[in-house]
Amino acid sequence: MGLLDTLLGRNKPVKANLDALFGVPSAAITLEAAMGLRPVGAGSVAVKITEGAAFAAAHTEALGLLRFDPQATVTETQDDYGFRWSTVRTGADRVGELVTALHGANTSYAGAGLGPALLCTTVGFAGEVAGTQRSLALVYLYKRGTFYPFAPTGPQQRDSAFELEVRGALGEDLPVEPDLNRWFPVWGAPGLS
Amino acid sequence: MAHRGRYAADPQLSARMGLTVFLLGAVYVIAIAVLIAVGVNAIVVIVIALGFLAFQYFGSEKAVLYGMNARVVTPAEAPELHAIVDRICALADLPKPRVAIADTDVPNAFATGRTPSKAVICATTGIMRRLEPEELEGVLAHEMAHVAHRDVAVMTIASFLGVLAGLVTRFVFYSTMFGGFGGGRRNRDDKDNTVALLFAVMVVSVIVYAVSFLLIRALSRYRELAADRGGALVTGRPSALASALTKISGDMGAIPTRDLRHAEAFNAFFFTPALASGFSLSSLFSTHPSLDKRLAQLSKISAQLGGTAAGVR
Repeated sequence: MGLLDTLLGRNKPVKANLDALFGVPSAAITLEAAMGLRPVGAGSVAVKITEGAAFAAAHTEALGLLRFDPQATVTETQDDYGFRWSTVRTGADRVGELVTALHGANTSYAGAGLGPALLCTTVGFAGEVAGTQRSLALVYLYKRGTFYPFAPTGPQQRDSAFELEVRGALGEDLPVEPDLNRWFPVWGAPGLS
Repeated sequence: MAHRGRYAADPQLSARMGLTVFLLGAVYVIAIAVLIAVGVNAIVVIVIALGFLAFQYFGSEKAVLYGMNARVVTPAEAPELHAIVDRICALADLPKPRVAIADTDVPNAFATGRTPSKAVICATTGIMRRLEPEELEGVLAHEMAHVAHRDVAVMTIASFLGVLAGLVTRFVFYSTMFGGFGGGRRNRDDKDNTVALLFAVMVVSVIVYAVSFLLIRALSRYRELAADRGGALVTGRPSALASALTKISGDMGAIPTRDLRHAEAFNAFFFTPALASGFSLSSLFSTHPSLDKRLAQLSKISAQLGGTAAGVR
């Protein structure tokens, strides 16, 4: 933020950065080769439910885009914090289509002026790692253009060591969020398993 | 982009704040010039004032947390509070502050820390008990907007002049009592001059103090409005913040004053001020804008957010 904005107490809404999403399919190949984690074929978009008619219109448009793929199923849930999660299931072997659908929904929200209301997009992974069944979400932070791994092991528990291991495996495939404080938990995010 | 109007800054608010900052700066420059012109050893005064400023600037978060008896909590201790803050930070692209809870039934929240990365955001147990999650989110987003706007730094530096003027007044007062600046080495004529000079310095200091006090209060009110605005835009729910404000203002007036007196020194950092005498104080002297003003602004933002593409400027 510039000095003038500080003096005048203004904040500029942060613009969403969407293109990094297209790195997910190649990251999926890496994750499978390195750790045995495979995409579950589901992903979600979380957006803040803002006041007024503008949200309803933008949301309907985004849902329409998600449903564009006839093989995909779309479900909606609302969490305790006032976010709407739209979940797309395309099937495990169609990650490319999944990412395209998620990107389309995001672009649609952003185009309707709701970019600042976008929280994150998640893509689910699962697999047996060292004899244990694991589920993992790659969480995409719009405002940062970065990803982080989130591996819940219980209702309020996550396996941070495993998440860091995934970060190592991802390497250069995806921009991983460097500030670990921003790896916030999305407990109960739909489309994780 | 056609939709930018929905999240645009309020040019009027920016203009008023800009003017206030400018006037504060002008008073500051004039005061220094006058002090130097009348021959006060300005360097000494400024060094002392800078010391105060540095203490306030670097020690603020510890002092405020200690004064409010607040405790920094981990995500495991307060998962819901952390979850709300996490989401606000992700939406606003801010680094996550430390999260604290103050164990008092006064319903309030505050943020402190001079940069976003050193910030602490604190809610009282009273506010968490009274508000719905959505309202609490509105309040915390307001506090995070203070952090994003660097209000602790801005207000500390802005109040520097007030501290300086107050110090000069005291300094001059004591030196007059103990026989003036120069001690006994001057002759009678010089001494008369010195007394007149000191009197002039004192008058100037008092005026500077009064003017800067009013300007700082005005600036604080504008910063509050800006934080309301920033918070409402981040969550996209100005009405939740409005309802939180209404709830808490009603409660703040109704609560016995015994509890509140303890909190009053920290008003500048608060979400709604804890005034022992209620809300009858003249708005000129108050650190927070009136509830009506805040609610009016929030309903304007709500209309702006709800506007369809055609209705947005």
